[in-house]
Amino acid sequence: MLRFIAKRVLEAIPTLFILITVSFFLMRFAPGNPFTAEVAMTPEVMANIEAKYGFNKPVHEQYFNYLGSLLQGDLGPSFKYKDFSVNELVAQALPVSVKIGLFAFIVAVTCGVCFGTIAALRQNTWLDYTIMTSAMAGVVIPSFVLAPLLVLIFAIWLEWLPAGGWHNGATQYVILPVLGMSLYYIASISRIMRGSMIEVLSSNFIRTAKAKGLSMPYIIVRHALRPAILPVLSYLGPALVGIITGSVVIETIFGLPGIGQLFVNGALNRDYSMVLGLTILVGALTITFNAIVDILYAVVDPKIRYS
Amino acid sequence: MLSTTANKEAVESFSEQLEVKGRSLWDDARRRFFNNRAALTSLVILGFVTMFVFVGPMLSQFAYDEVDWGAMHAAPSFASGHYFGTDSLGRDLFVRSAMGGRISLMVGVMGAVVAVLIGTLYGAAAGFIGGRTDRVMMRTLEILYSFPFMFFVILLVTFFGRNILLIFIAIGAVSWLDMARIVRGQTLSIKSKEFVEAATVYGVSKWAMITRHIVPNVLGIVAVYATLLVPQMILFESFLSFLGLGVQEPMTSWGSLMNEGAQTMEIALWQLAVPAAFMVTTLFCFNFIGDGLRDALDPKDR
Amino acid sequence: MLCNLPHSPSRTWYLGLVVAAIFSLVGCGAPSEPGANKQAAVQLDPTKLAADQTLVRGGGSEPESLDPHKISGTVESALLRDLLETLVIAAPDGGVRPGVAESWETADNQHYIFKLHKDAKWSNGDPVTAGDFVYSWRRLLDPATASPYAWYLVAGKLKNAKEISDGTRPPESLGVEALDPHTLKVSLEAPVPYFVAMLVHASTSPVHQATVEKHGDQWTRVGNFVGNGAFKLTEWVVNERIEYVKNELYWDAANVKLQKVRNLPIASPNAELKRYEAGEIDFAYSIPIEHIGRLREERGDEVKTTPYIGTYYYEFNTTRPPFDDARVRRALAYAIDREIMAYKVMGRGEEPAFHLTPSIVKGFEPPLTEWSQMTQNERVTTARELLTEAGYSEQNPLKFNLLYNTNDNHKKVAVAVTAMWKQAFGFVDVTLENQEWKTYLDTRANTDFDVARAGWIGDYNEPSTMLKLLLTGGGSNYAKYSNSSYDELFKKSARELDVAKRAEYYAQAEEILARDMPIAPIYQYVIQHMVKPHVGGYAADPLDNYYSKDMWIIEH
Repeated sequence: MLRFIAKRVLEAIPTLFILITVSFFLMRFAPGNPFTAEVAMTPEVMANIEAKYGFNKPVHEQYFNYLGSLLQGDLGPSFKYKDFSVNELVAQALPVSVKIGLFAFIVAVTCGVCFGTIAALRQNTWLDYTIMTSAMAGVVIPSFVLAPLLVLIFAIWLEWLPAGGWHNGATQYVILPVLGMSLYYIASISRIMRGSMIEVLSSNFIRTAKAKGLSMPYIIVRHALRPAILPVLSYLGPALVGIITGSVVIETIFGLPGIGQLFVNGALNRDYSMVLGLTILVGALTITFNAIVDILYAVVDPKIRYS
Repeated sequence: MLSTTANKEAVESFSEQLEVKGRSLWDDARRRFFNNRAALTSLVILGFVTMFVFVGPMLSQFAYDEVDWGAMHAAPSFASGHYFGTDSLGRDLFVRSAMGGRISLMVGVMGAVVAVLIGTLYGAAAGFIGGRTDRVMMRTLEILYSFPFMFFVILLVTFFGRNILLIFIAIGAVSWLDMARIVRGQTLSIKSKEFVEAATVYGVSKWAMITRHIVPNVLGIVAVYATLLVPQMILFESFLSFLGLGVQEPMTSWGSLMNEGAQTMEIALWQLAVPAAFMVTTLFCFNFIGDGLRDALDPKDR
Repeated sequence: MLCNLPHSPSRTWYLGLVVAAIFSLVGCGAPSEPGANKQAAVQLDPTKLAADQTLVRGGGSEPESLDPHKISGTVESALLRDLLETLVIAAPDGGVRPGVAESWETADNQHYIFKLHKDAKWSNGDPVTAGDFVYSWRRLLDPATASPYAWYLVAGKLKNAKEISDGTRPPESLGVEALDPHTLKVSLEAPVPYFVAMLVHASTSPVHQATVEKHGDQWTRVGNFVGNGAFKLTEWVVNERIEYVKNELYWDAANVKLQKVRNLPIASPNAELKRYEAGEIDFAYSIPIEHIGRLREERGDEVKTTPYIGTYYYEFNTTRPPFDDARVRRALAYAIDREIMAYKVMGRGEEPAFHLTPSIVKGFEPPLTEWSQMTQNERVTTARELLTEAGYSEQNPLKFNLLYNTNDNHKKVAVAVTAMWKQAFGFVDVTLENQEWKTYLDTRANTDFDVARAGWIGDYNEPSTMLKLLLTGGGSNYAKYSNSSYDELFKKSARELDVAKRAEYYAQAEEILARDMPIAPIYQYVIQHMVKPHVGGYAADPLDNYYSKDMWIIEH
């Protein structure tokens, strides 16, 4: 196990390096730069600005400079939010996205696994159909429809919850975003869970367990859950990255100062250092979560070994 | 998995595959599928939706890009001929839903097909071959996954201009990533089963092993996941529209129609309800068909 | 000079909404304007102050910076108007009123003397002196600062501004000097009659030298920020809020009623409207266009609409066929039904535009151009003749691309205009093309388009702020229009000190534009905000310069 982890850490270095390099150069090919604006600046002013941010140097030199400061943990200045560095902005936004994301994740996994299991146990009954129909609705309704709908119902009609804002993550401000974010994942996880649970339940060892007269709850928890949850794990690795790094739609609608807004605004404004910094963050998270999922796989299914 | 039962099961499925080969597997699957009422009904409804999408525009007196200053935000009405109402420029939603459906169905199906083909093979290969190949393939996936996709999209449109093919390329490029990981995970657990070992002993080639033994055994989860993918792809297209890469006005898609509708839900609910109804119906159908396929293809139930 | 479109979708793209908003006013409930107060639902007494004087404002989007020398947008200006104070500030009638300067004089429109308030103070207690302005304006122009608004003082013809910005002269040579701590002398290279009006812009705000030198790029942070405005910065969470509280050291603090202002950078007008309706926001930055009808019915008194000094237009690429032919440009411009565009497609109070300069600009007399006096039918008939004359017909249809940046309102206008062209001619084949903001800017800058959507908003209230746009070689003249008699008229107007005479030149310039039609004006922008009945004192001017120090919360 330790060797496996060590190997993954070592592999992460070239992976991240390739990611950074490809992203760095690719971004420079996109039309426009961080400073193009509707009011055209005189070439002299544009030159001043480019000089200030080092854009007047050849691209490969900028690349090595970037790598140099990256090694010291400096992600550079933001070109869009000029009063802040990327490090500061990420440090401010990440806790917000993580908080919303973790809540959404917990809700999604708990509900998803429960619903999926129940539906599988009551396959082809009204309960199954109800759960799966709701799950399908959850997948189909996009967050840009769902979130405003939640606001309309809970904030404007019922006046139970605020329509938006963060306020340092006070509970009432977190509920709607978490709901808006987790619904899709609850739906997806239930569907995946139901499918694999049905498969597991039809397998011989479960039949054997039933024949032995073990109670159904015991069988589920003790025997069926482990193998059935494997596909959910594969799904969750990448999904968790998405959940934690925030959804721009949810953040925009609820006015949350998270990572999603930074990423999209960064890309649209050609805020190279911001996008690169977040790409590295997403890359590191992806690698980490995938490694964790792989380890969990081995834990859940002892037959899989990592040499 | 207890080894005795798993063993038996493996031997069973192995011997079956030896005996009957592909032909009867598909015959069998077809028979099972057509016995599944939910799946069959869905297939019929989906057929109607597809027909509407292609024939619908001919049933209306309006063109999809025809604006009408006198009928902006008009509610659905048979008298006016706007069966589904109009949008903010007085364009007929009946026709626009049909036109939008063409794009959305193409995009959704296309994304799912790419995901199933590339994702399944990639994931199965990585999981089955294992070792260094697996690691390289998975790290590649991680790079693609973390890549700032919006820039890829912006570059595509900059260098190649606007084209519906680009939407497919962009969507195909992302759709298979999750699928590959899921299939790989499944493959890892199937790989350790005895029937695979048996096949190996028997001298089955790697490629045959992947396509004949691994892939059929992961199809269940693939089918389920593919039905989740179709809506994702359709919505993804509407996201591309914001970036300026999606379908170009006056052409439209269900995702774009829903996005417009979501902004006017308090004042013109039909602008959201109509595309949403189409989308929900279609995806439910895909869902049941997916379940039907899963049951039909599941090698264990044979 | 001018403008940056407030709605750069760069900030607001997501839900595809946009902000085009803009605002304003008309009957605000200020006590000094009796009769203006027509709150419907609950009758509030505007003279009674609520105990909690906190204003929650929609901010449009997250500011790029709070350093006046790094900003270029309207969102940033709205914040800096509260945190820093310029020499003069905007008055609701479109003119100016004293800011840091209590009075000013000029004999020749070329040399100005500003007398500063003796009790003007920075938020740390230091006096605001003429030297602060000297330092700040030099900093604005210094190439090392790299301000995107350095051109502004160049446009104001401040002595040596251009050379300093180009790096050929030291910042110390700028034509501004402190005669004594409370007297500022400004020298221009030539008379600029509207120079004082230009000073309303936030980029001419003073900055506190010691603070800037001590903290460098970080001087705008909470804790570091030292300002001379009516409010001082207390909290800044990027993408969530900026809060500031009343600055007790402000020279006019006795008349500032608000204790606290909370700015929420909500970029989606739909999201902002929901929060406004939920009662979380007192003052909304913009209104989603599709909701205006409903809001007028439900909350008519809260919708504040004012004409804006800005014009929405389509620009033609005059460098390549078919748009190097003025007949084609005129034909397309004529065929747009502006009443439908302004009243139906937009419908927030926009007015049809037949010239680049909005009619409300001070010192502008809209010329009665031939085409503006025709009926729409006559215009369409003329348009057909023009296009036929230019050689287009069923057999030889006119084909081109129409470029716009991704945004719901622009899309709506583009679809509508295309339909009008199709209807008017039958043989015009338009392909719509939307691009995301930066790509769109790049395409325009490379003159790689046929027809493009554009908008221009003035920086100050004088026709030159608009007409400068189409000067030969102008930086934002993306149509690449060039007409020497137009340039000549503009130069003549700059030398002319008599307002009526200048108005005549400007009208003549517009006549030339009507003949050449390098751009097709479509509508005149409006400023539009939602303001809760319990907010008193909101008074917008035609450039959307509102100040929190003028507002208060009425007991409710």
